Amino acid sequence: MHGQFGGSVRKLGAALPGSLVYFLVLILSFVVSSSQPSQAIPAFARKYGLPCSACHIGWPILNVFGQQFRDNGYQLGNDRDSPIYQNPAYWPITFRVTPQWHLESQNKVLVDQTGAEQTVTTTGFDLSGLDIWTAGTLYKNISFSVLPSMGEGDTFHFENAWVRFDNLFKTPWMNLKFGKFELDMLLSEKRFLTLSNVGGLWYNYQFLPPGDINGFGGIGDNQLGVELSGHSKNSYARYSIALLSSVDGNPGLTSGGQAGTARTYDVFANVNEGFQVKGLGVQRVGLFGYVGQSPTFFLTQTVGGVTTPLEAQGNKSFSRVGAYGWWFIKNLDIETLYMHGQDNVFLGNAVAANDPASLPAGAAGPTWNGGFVEAHYTVNPQFILTGRYELVHMSRQANTALQATPNLGNVDSFTVGYRWYPIMFSRGGLAFHNEYAQAKTGNTSLLTGSDQTSRSVMIGFDFDY
Amino acid sequence: MNRSWRQLQLVALIIAVGLPVLAQEARVGNLTGHAEAGKKLYRRYCVGCHGPTGDGNGENAPWIDPKPRDFVGATFKCRSTPTGTLPTDQDLYNAITRGFYNSNMPHWDALPEQNRVDLVAFIKTFSPRWKAEKAGDPISIPAEPPVTIQSINHGAELFQKMECWKCHGQQGRGDGPSAATLTDSKDQPIRPYDFAAATDDSRFKCGASNQDVYRIFMTGVDGTPMPSFADVIQPNDAWDLVHFLRTLQTHRKSKENEVLKSSGGKVSSPAADKSSGSGN
Repeated sequence: MHGQFGGSVRKLGAALPGSLVYFLVLILSFVVSSSQPSQAIPAFARKYGLPCSACHIGWPILNVFGQQFRDNGYQLGNDRDSPIYQNPAYWPITFRVTPQWHLESQNKVLVDQTGAEQTVTTTGFDLSGLDIWTAGTLYKNISFSVLPSMGEGDTFHFENAWVRFDNLFKTPWMNLKFGKFELDMLLSEKRFLTLSNVGGLWYNYQFLPPGDINGFGGIGDNQLGVELSGHSKNSYARYSIALLSSVDGNPGLTSGGQAGTARTYDVFANVNEGFQVKGLGVQRVGLFGYVGQSPTFFLTQTVGGVTTPLEAQGNKSFSRVGAYGWWFIKNLDIETLYMHGQDNVFLGNAVAANDPASLPAGAAGPTWNGGFVEAHYTVNPQFILTGRYELVHMSRQANTALQATPNLGNVDSFTVGYRWYPIMFSRGGLAFHNEYAQAKTGNTSLLTGSDQTSRSVMIGFDFDY
Repeated sequence: MNRSWRQLQLVALIIAVGLPVLAQEARVGNLTGHAEAGKKLYRRYCVGCHGPTGDGNGENAPWIDPKPRDFVGATFKCRSTPTGTLPTDQDLYNAITRGFYNSNMPHWDALPEQNRVDLVAFIKTFSPRWKAEKAGDPISIPAEPPVTIQSINHGAELFQKMECWKCHGQQGRGDGPSAATLTDSKDQPIRPYDFAAATDDSRFKCGASNQDVYRIFMTGVDGTPMPSFADVIQPNDAWDLVHFLRTLQTHRKSKENEVLKSSGGKVSSPAADKSSGSGN
């Protein structure tokens, strides 16, 4: 028996073969009107028996219900939350990997053989890294996540590992997370739709000016620390504030790339508010800020000719602040972000803070502004289109010499793609992913100082179980 | 000509299939829900459990207990309307918003209100009952009288007299002598409500206020062995029963438990005394 979702169209297709029109109708119907539900992080889908489209606009982007679920510590607020109610065979683990074909191209690359700049192109079948993610609840109101991740040929690293005490004092406004975790950016780089080498990041979240020695990789990096967060019952109003080690998420007290040297802390805060607009959906606006420090030199010890950094010194400040909005017009949603960044003059000029005389002429702390507009159109829970334009532009270079090339480091990029989730049932997820991305970086070619353009084309199957 | 005719057939069939769905509406407050919009939402959020035909046989249903609601049967537990009647749109909206704590049904209060009303409209397309019948009229609930020890004691008497304990147990733990034999209208085992289990009201299926508990007596929980007592109990008696039942929530801070504590901490109903502790 077919339901109200597309079964009748499939029957028609079978009854009227041979016609190109009907064949196209059949194909289009399958894409646009397929009857099967969408899927999400299968570990959670298995636990709660919900289709992942319940939590995701198109996985992995969270919708309002998914955001509430996440804010509640991966809990729905019923007695299925505690693992004691689960079948003992339940194992809250998800694997995710993306076999793919992709093409990478960059122009104006200096090549040894010719001593000139030329376009370099590579292409072939490939694999993404592997995520093995376990997450859920240890008990009612005690949640956790552990995500070992590895790239092809790499060793595992912990993308995240944290425990969270939820609803402290019986209020959703008090939750405490401890460990390595994603910064609470509502617009999440961990849960967006683009995966290619060029389009698989938000440049604003990862940006550093050329030559800058700031060890902070960007607000897109998971960090080590403790986070206090809270939200209204429906998660429309949210806040978080985190105290973080100045280690860019690297274990071993690693500051400025050197293990065992960290001794300072950073602070990140985020606040956002959602509001309903009748007939359109829940709109969200928010503010965020990150203030941190990064070392400019180290106390060292040399034994047997081997020099070991002991303690980060000359820590200098940097900041990232911004505002964002997430706008819904029925099936179309648009993410917008503005961000301003600044690094201390010593970080920007790669000069030790105890050696100010080495600062070049016209030295100044580099500053930049950036933002993006990213749109998704959800044709149905199984088919979603995406497009993004992003830029990061330097507003002040770190010294007079760099100011001669004011576009140095600027990034202008765009990405378009779609994801189709062809088979959707409640135990696994599969997305056919197709994406084109392009990014231009200002004055970065080594020989001529020209702009360079990188391009990615990616076709792959993104799946998790 | 033949090709045009087939295209015409296609359009006619799509209209024929879609028209009943498009026609259904729901009204909650000043919002009007539309089944067409609700259909997309149902597909996104609900189909995994309730199934594409709304019969409660979604792909996850075999692993879910209690089973998902069968919208085709259109028998709903939580209503403001008399037993046997269809619920109001507001009742369905409340159920979607509140969820059911002891089932897989989450609270959907994060969804925009319009979405929830649209879902109500679509849910009503699954059963022909919504075309043949109107929703019942909500029962009237008189103002709650003050909580007194007399009210609590009288409620305890009624608890014995009406044999509530046979299912719910003398201490309200859902372990009365009949509890193990109970089944719902789908022949699925069902357990009576355990009043003593939670420290708050989150486990109440149909709302946590005293008014909600009163309403359950009078409407019954259709599809379960819990009947309506509207024809056998007077409103004041029902309120007394509510006050007594609140004292069975021994870990809950409540006016009823305060009154009971200030009166010695024990219900003095002779019947309750006689049978106290014997229902386990």
